[in-house]
Amino acid sequence: MIRIEDLHVEIGDREVLRDINLHIGEGETHVLMGPNGSGKTTLIRTIMGFADYHVTEGAIVYRGRDITNLPIHERARYGIGLMFQRPPTIAGLKLGKMLVATSGNRPEEVAEYAAAMNMAEFLERDINAGFSGGEIKRSEVLQLMIQQPDFVMLDEPESGVDLENISLIGSAIAKLLEKDRHIVSRHKSGLIITHTGYILDYIEADAGHMMCDGEIRCHGNAREMLQLIKAKGYRECIECKKI
Amino acid sequence: MQKDIEELESLSVEDRKRLAISGLELDSLNRCGSFFQIDQEIVHMSCEYEGIEVLTLEGALAKHEWLEQYYWKLVQKDKDEYTRFVADQKHPKGYVVIAKKGSKNILPLQTCLFLAHESIQHVHNIIIAEEGAELHLITGCASSASTEHGAHYGVTEFYVGKNARISTTMIHTWGENIEVYPRSAAKIEENGTFLSNYVAMSPVKNVQMYPVAELVGEHAVARFNSVVVAMPGSCLDLGSRTILSANNTSAELISRAITRGGTVIARAHILGEVEDTRGHIECKGLILEDGIIHAVPEIEGWVTGTELSHEAAVGKIAHEEIEYLMSRGLDEDEATATIIRGFLDVKIEGLPEMLQKQIDAAIDAAESGF
Repeated sequence: MIRIEDLHVEIGDREVLRDINLHIGEGETHVLMGPNGSGKTTLIRTIMGFADYHVTEGAIVYRGRDITNLPIHERARYGIGLMFQRPPTIAGLKLGKMLVATSGNRPEEVAEYAAAMNMAEFLERDINAGFSGGEIKRSEVLQLMIQQPDFVMLDEPESGVDLENISLIGSAIAKLLEKDRHIVSRHKSGLIITHTGYILDYIEADAGHMMCDGEIRCHGNAREMLQLIKAKGYRECIECKKI
Repeated sequence: MQKDIEELESLSVEDRKRLAISGLELDSLNRCGSFFQIDQEIVHMSCEYEGIEVLTLEGALAKHEWLEQYYWKLVQKDKDEYTRFVADQKHPKGYVVIAKKGSKNILPLQTCLFLAHESIQHVHNIIIAEEGAELHLITGCASSASTEHGAHYGVTEFYVGKNARISTTMIHTWGENIEVYPRSAAKIEENGTFLSNYVAMSPVKNVQMYPVAELVGEHAVARFNSVVVAMPGSCLDLGSRTILSANNTSAELISRAITRGGTVIARAHILGEVEDTRGHIECKGLILEDGIIHAVPEIEGWVTGTELSHEAAVGKIAHEEIEYLMSRGLDEDEATATIIRGFLDVKIEGLPEMLQKQIDAAIDAAESGF
């Protein structure tokens, strides 16, 4: 689905990602872990194509196509989606209007999906204005349900979410990733940033990657890696230079 | 009357379109009545609803002696050269609308002031909602596509009686070399509500207005909303003043201004004269291309029990907002237009849905220009 090759990224004149290599196959969900400031969000924002992230070396190849220099909206139209951790508030723009604008020719689905995400009464509210943590995540998932991306990146989907909401959000994300389908007929892929791993109660991950200092330090089983981090913290990872 | 309607229908297709985007329906569907003045000629006047009387100003002054108590009582004749010009007319034009005591009509009355050939169009309007009456007005002011130069001077006096309600929605569609000087004022009695909405999305040379609302009865409410775009060469000096001179009165003055190269001066002033009064001003400006947005929100309190606040912001669209929408598949232009449309989206409390839709449509019609 997506292949990242020897990727180096700068913000301003500071190198923030170094020599990133990552391959996520069709139907696979991977987990990205690492301490704060290690470059996880930078990586997914680079994949999405945000302007402040300059790729100096390497390539991002999506479904066989080099998308390294494509504008954001073209990546989105090819099927890449991002659940923001802290999306901006847009004064005046109603969530419902945004969903209709991004729904292509399927505005009728807006009400249906909004109801499924308990967001019906938010359609007339300004996007993210005064939303609680859980409401922001529900709004993000709702936007992705309308967008129907094939490759979904989720930036800390469980942060700031209470127990009641995490089940709703976790189940909805599982559906976005076609976890309800048999592995053979599952085509959607995902990359999830998580600190707590709570989201893995709803979504089975196929692999985990540990980031430190702008590098991916190791790969492995996501649950095992999270258990290690829970037991020992990130210190061993920071000290460990093994790739 | 047949002749009158034919005269309206003889307008060019383009001019009819300009009237339509100014909120007017030439077939008068969904309107309780209509008043059309082209230059200085009143070409059509009708009202289907018996609770509302629509008259020409001259006709009304002849018919109702008591109207003298309302004529030039809120706007001063010698306020400036424009009011003096209107006051000096031997045959003043314009309309008088009287919503009779207790009459309620949700369908708006439409009034049209159309500048076709004259160098100066002048009107003097008086709008009265008697006790308990509810009146909604939509006023489309436009100039012909073929009118190159001209000016519009308009005096309007609003009287909102006890427990009465007036909403007035004015949509301007002028031309690049037209100058416009409305001079309006409103007096709101006990428990009365006055809503004033203004939309201007087309180029104009100069608009200058500063209506004043005096809240003289307890629990009176005034709300002013304006949504404007200044194109290159346009100067929009707009504002409103509200005087809270009775207990438990409140006011809200909201403006959304965009410049694409022109100048907007967004003025607002709330004066809290007595206890238990509240007022809020919100001026937001978006500079899309180098131009001027000058927000001048003023709040002035005279006593301890008045609560007044304002917020003003002028800036550009944040890049992260555009990128957010682009990540959902909109290209940069679509994302920008979507954000601008949201910025201009003002939902007006207490306004009938039909008028809100009319305002939305006027903004949507200009949207393609972004």
